[in-house]
Amino acid sequence: MKEIVLNALDAASGASGVTYADARVVEARERSLATKNGRASQVSTSETLGVGIRVLAGGCWGFSATDDLSAEGVRRAAAEAVAIAEASGRARAGEVVLAPESAWRAEWVSPCRIDPFSLSVEAQLGLLLAVDETLRREPGVTLAEGSLSMRRERQIFASSAGSLIDQTRTFTGAGFEAYSFRDGDIQKRSYPNSFGGQHQLKGWELVEELDLPGHAPRVASEAVALHSAGSCPEGEFDLILDSSQLALQIHESIGHPIELDRVLGSEANYAGMSFLTLDQLGRLQYGSPIVNAVCDARLEHGPGLGTFAFDDEGVEAQRIDVIREGRFTGYMTSRETAAAIGQQRSNGTMRATSWSRLPLIRMTNVSLLAGAQSIEEVFGGVKRAIYMETNRSWSIDDKRYQFQFGCEAGWEIEDGKRKRMLKNPTYSGITTEFWNSCQAIAGREHWTLWGVPNCGKGQPEQVIGTGHGASPARFAKIKIGAGYAK
Amino acid sequence: MSALVTVEQCRRVMEQAARWGRKAGADGVEILIGGGREALTRFANNGIHQNVAEREQYLSVRAVVGQRTARAATNSLTEEAVRRVTEEAVALARASAPDKEMCPLLTPAEAGTPPAVARYDAATAETGPAARAEAVAEAIGIVRAAGQVAAGIYSTGESFEAVLNSEGVEAFHSETKAVFSITAMAADSSGWAKTSETSAGAIGTAALARRAAEKARLSAGPREIAPGRFTVILEPAAVLDLVGQIVPGFSATSVADTRSFLNDRLGQALFGTNIAITDDASHPLQSGAPFDGEGMARRPLTLVRAGTPLEVPYSRARARAEGKTATGHGLPLPNETGEMPANVVIAGGGASIEEMIRSTARGVLVTRVWYIREVDPYETIMTGMTRDGTFLIEGGEMAGGLKNFRFNHSIIELLKNVEALSHAARATGEETFDMVAPAMKVRDFPLSELTKF
Repeated sequence: MKEIVLNALDAASGASGVTYADARVVEARERSLATKNGRASQVSTSETLGVGIRVLAGGCWGFSATDDLSAEGVRRAAAEAVAIAEASGRARAGEVVLAPESAWRAEWVSPCRIDPFSLSVEAQLGLLLAVDETLRREPGVTLAEGSLSMRRERQIFASSAGSLIDQTRTFTGAGFEAYSFRDGDIQKRSYPNSFGGQHQLKGWELVEELDLPGHAPRVASEAVALHSAGSCPEGEFDLILDSSQLALQIHESIGHPIELDRVLGSEANYAGMSFLTLDQLGRLQYGSPIVNAVCDARLEHGPGLGTFAFDDEGVEAQRIDVIREGRFTGYMTSRETAAAIGQQRSNGTMRATSWSRLPLIRMTNVSLLAGAQSIEEVFGGVKRAIYMETNRSWSIDDKRYQFQFGCEAGWEIEDGKRKRMLKNPTYSGITTEFWNSCQAIAGREHWTLWGVPNCGKGQPEQVIGTGHGASPARFAKIKIGAGYAK
Repeated sequence: MSALVTVEQCRRVMEQAARWGRKAGADGVEILIGGGREALTRFANNGIHQNVAEREQYLSVRAVVGQRTARAATNSLTEEAVRRVTEEAVALARASAPDKEMCPLLTPAEAGTPPAVARYDAATAETGPAARAEAVAEAIGIVRAAGQVAAGIYSTGESFEAVLNSEGVEAFHSETKAVFSITAMAADSSGWAKTSETSAGAIGTAALARRAAEKARLSAGPREIAPGRFTVILEPAAVLDLVGQIVPGFSATSVADTRSFLNDRLGQALFGTNIAITDDASHPLQSGAPFDGEGMARRPLTLVRAGTPLEVPYSRARARAEGKTATGHGLPLPNETGEMPANVVIAGGGASIEEMIRSTARGVLVTRVWYIREVDPYETIMTGMTRDGTFLIEGGEMAGGLKNFRFNHSIIELLKNVEALSHAARATGEETFDMVAPAMKVRDFPLSELTKF
């Protein structure tokens, strides 16, 4: 791999007119297992190896990627990247300038206590089938599904600035769902989250920690119980969110708006722009004073889907304050966008889904820091509230202002206690109004670093995993029930 | 067949996989082999800012051992890679759980003959970065001349896919694709236009730029009106991005799993009698391979006739379980979802969008919808936003731009309330796959909440 990346870099950086070049060779291996109603519905592995070459020539970018790793194939890709950069010059808006970054020589392997590939497929399927059997034992469960995913990715990055960075990361994901169809009503409960469960930068130890079998009876019974639950009321209520739903709320209404490429218009045709225009930095009261959010790719933050040692343009992993005591304090940047707004250094958020795709600004781990309130204060701090758990639907406008979320299950909370179950709960609002209504955030002992595996951005689209830490929190006077309003 | 792979190469890899499979003790082997080249020129702020090209091939081997099956994939086509993934697929199959519903490998007699389609344009495959940049520069010039800012993409590429198995099934397909999408942004408004074609020559990039710029001009100074139920005219991209959300429900496996909106509803009048939806792989405006994930020829289906859902596609396994005939819509095995329509055609009508506007006393025209997600799977309630060209219609005329709305609406209800349909055309959006779809005029469409732009 090292030879390939250095050949690619030589071919690209030696071309006439090239002022900067980098290359990434990525080798990835995956195993996907799934069960459905007592059957193995997915048993597959995949491997991929290729190189992506990025060049700056004439002040413009060009990128070419290939899985033809012969010397000729790599040379051809490098030449294509240069030709593309030259073509970009025919419609150039300005010259690309990169914020400086040190040359790094590093090797980094993510912690992985139990190699998930070392376990037999029989044993892994056996776990899912045992969960499946438990789920279907509950009368009324009409469909049970479970899944396990494992991915190991080694990337060697080399740049004409002198960096050579070798990183290996291992990811694991696991979860299950119980569905119940009755009288024209489809209900579902998932554990530990929707989107295939929990996903982290860990080995098989994640699956052991989740204790899938131990949660199957409750999840199955809740899926069926939802048919008999009351409909979520419509109106304005205090709202309590579990940490997994709050993680997606952070993703959509903090993570995406702070992407500086989006702010500067790069995504205007597809993913959209952001209400966080440059004049808002340091001024906007994004949330209430108890709201503190960070973007943190370092391992110290936790084993998230956005945890690494260096990003995909060779910038060291960092932590930045995004919201400090409610005030908006920082964007996620790249070397190009940092320079564009006069910042001295990228904060290291450029990531690509594979060797074949161009790195873009992507959320690393964008997390809401744990609060000072106890879980009892979160639930019992008001007389009455509605609690929602586990995402079912999510949508937000293309500037990240107006959102609506639906959850799998809700409960009426009175005096801190669950009073009755509610089905089909939804809530909606405006991003800054929502975060400014935050009244209580539970402490670190209730904080979980969730993995969102399906974040889409870019053209061609890149679907990548992101990390979001959160603990349960309460919000005042939120619009509830619009999804089912008549 | 694309130059990236040849029929002979596919057959050679199949022979190798069959040989290594036999050695490892497999009863049979199936391969999916393919790849492609795609290049995409992306622009924003009136200049090209990302410009990429990629080339990738793949081989996916499925081994069958008794009633067990599993798959292993690689992006290398060397014999060593073929051996490695074939042995791995056999080992995975042995480790898998037996599936009594699994069918034996498809035979040539059962596969049938796929409909003949011609979806490859050599000139599109060879379109280079300079030609894309020239077209982008012209489009930017049009938008800039209107005092606006352009963002968008122009992509060209070719892809190939083939399914072969040790029973002798062989199916090959090559196609090209060109996509141009442009957003024109004015001070407080925007407009959007997008087209996807087999041939880059059919795109009309300058015309799309003019259309986007005109929408941005016409929607300047957007007004805020109170949410409520409106007569809404949905352009084809909005129709496909909404109606496309219920397409996965047209699946025999999904119905059997009781997670389809068609549970207990097949054969019942569900939509208006003016709604007809087919799945037709040979339709001249369609794209994609005319065979399924096992190499079976796709058969045309009447999904909805006169408002009544009639047929759903059947994979071989589901068909065998229910005593039906497989339709050639199966997904690569093993999988959770069985099958789904791949070439949806929503029948059009005789009205033009201009006629729909003229016949509307008060309503809203929607260019594009965004971030559509399912709120209720059985009632097919979808939520989403309007975007990049939302207009008020008053007295049969366009009456200026509107701030964008969120909606929560049942697609079943939407398709009950269609008052007029335009001619159906190839349509492309961002929320689902391309289809042939008309514009629709729909009464009582709830636009429920406003955003701030």
